[in-house]
Amino acid sequence: MSGLILPRRRLIARAGGLVAAAGALPLLSGCDAINEAPAVRKILSMGEAMHQHSQRALTDRDALAREFTRADLSPVFRSNGTKLPAGGDYAAHAATGFADWRIQVTGLVARPLSLSMADIRAMPQRTQITRHDCVEGWSAIGQWTGPQLSRILAAAGLRDNARYIVFRCADRIGDALYYESCDLVDALHPQTIMAWALNDAVLPIANGAPLRLRIERQLGYKHAKYVNAIEAVASLDAIGAGKGGYWEDRIDYEWYAGI
Amino acid sequence: MDEIAAPISPPTKRVYRHRLPTRIWHWLNAVTLLILLMSGLMIFNAHPRLYWGQYGANADHAWFAIGSTPQTGFVRIGETRIETTGVLGRWTDTKGVEQTWAFPGWATIPTTYSLADGRRWHLFFAWVLSIALTLYMLWALLGGHLAKDLHIRRGEWSPRHIWQDIKDHARLRFPRGEAAARYNILQKFSYIGVIFVLLPLMILTGLTMSPGFNATVPWLLDLFGGRQSARSVHFIAAWALVLFFLVHIVMVLLAGPVNEIRSMVTGWFRLPPERDAAP
Repeated sequence: MSGLILPRRRLIARAGGLVAAAGALPLLSGCDAINEAPAVRKILSMGEAMHQHSQRALTDRDALAREFTRADLSPVFRSNGTKLPAGGDYAAHAATGFADWRIQVTGLVARPLSLSMADIRAMPQRTQITRHDCVEGWSAIGQWTGPQLSRILAAAGLRDNARYIVFRCADRIGDALYYESCDLVDALHPQTIMAWALNDAVLPIANGAPLRLRIERQLGYKHAKYVNAIEAVASLDAIGAGKGGYWEDRIDYEWYAGI
Repeated sequence: MDEIAAPISPPTKRVYRHRLPTRIWHWLNAVTLLILLMSGLMIFNAHPRLYWGQYGANADHAWFAIGSTPQTGFVRIGETRIETTGVLGRWTDTKGVEQTWAFPGWATIPTTYSLADGRRWHLFFAWVLSIALTLYMLWALLGGHLAKDLHIRRGEWSPRHIWQDIKDHARLRFPRGEAAARYNILQKFSYIGVIFVLLPLMILTGLTMSPGFNATVPWLLDLFGGRQSARSVHFIAAWALVLFFLVHIVMVLLAGPVNEIRSMVTGWFRLPPERDAAP
């Protein structure tokens, strides 16, 4: 008796499993096919444009990101992405405390600059305690010090046709150098600084030494680390894959990372 | 055979129960909330830990986490650890490969890990949810739905009345006749709760996680006690919506799924006949 029932039960269970699998598999792969369809991706990316335009419409362009107090500082400021740029060049700079590191300011500017870290530190400084939001969901609060990007751009003299600022970095992920970009609203924002200090100490290598961008109203991947060139351009089309940043080019992260 | 006829049932009365905006909003929401939940679980997979306060990263105390050991998957709530191998934290994908993402592929959009794609789906449908909810609230307010159907009358607030409705639900004694066309107090509580509390809470906590929107509306950070608190509330409220969905489905099944679903498609609801007066 039991010998009869058991195989039947097993058969039912197996049939049930097959039906469930047969039902679920096309459904799941169907979902992924929808996700890959170019038309769908185009529609979904309208969300990004809506975020950018609604935030710009609702917000004073100089509206500040929340600034915190020293009591709010994260006990440990997490680092993410590249923690130590590969290659002998960077290691040689690190060994000398970045004494010979230079930041080129080029592109659509009246006076191209080549700034040393001493030049950067000699400029008027801004110190701000802000929250860093990784796209993954975690946040950390740190105190940053550095000159406002607007001062550096003013020193170089932006030309009228400059629309975007591109940040080029010394860290390579795979075969490509990291880069990021923003428009002039964010570039000239008072809290957008080129930071060389974190929590009253020289920026650690894991957090982007000797110089990183802080662009406080956007997500973490926009805050380019290991910056060695700042370039004013009229269009992002000819840079990288044309989407305005390392992750934007590779895995379709939003260029406007305000949300 | 033809002589032993069944007692002639009285003609069932039909009432127009759901107006077109309600029906459109209902089904649009059904799709939108499912997409938001599944793409939200993908986003959660990128950092499956929750914190209270202004900040929270790996070194900080997470009140909730989904993780894995070399052999198992687990969920940790406070100090309590629950083994969830096979479902959460450690599961096998359709190709038979063991994965250690928090939520399994069948529960996420897309099925394989892509934070960028999860965000695209989530943030697009967040717009759909927000616009549809705003329009529906306006219509409910101006079109009389709120006053006529959802407004809780004075008598309904009495604890006796509420307790009676709870007992009726527990005994699966659902209203019949004309009373079935009206919402009872528990229905009113849950629909008002979803439309005016849970869904707005999802949108506001979502906006609180936006660094750009924080600069526009900084009081949201104070309201929820920080970005990470907002993220935790967002997660909890999402599961409250899932709970609502499950109860909602059970109630539809118990109350007569064909009639209930048909009324949400066509608007027309067949009143269940009154019970016989005789015992």
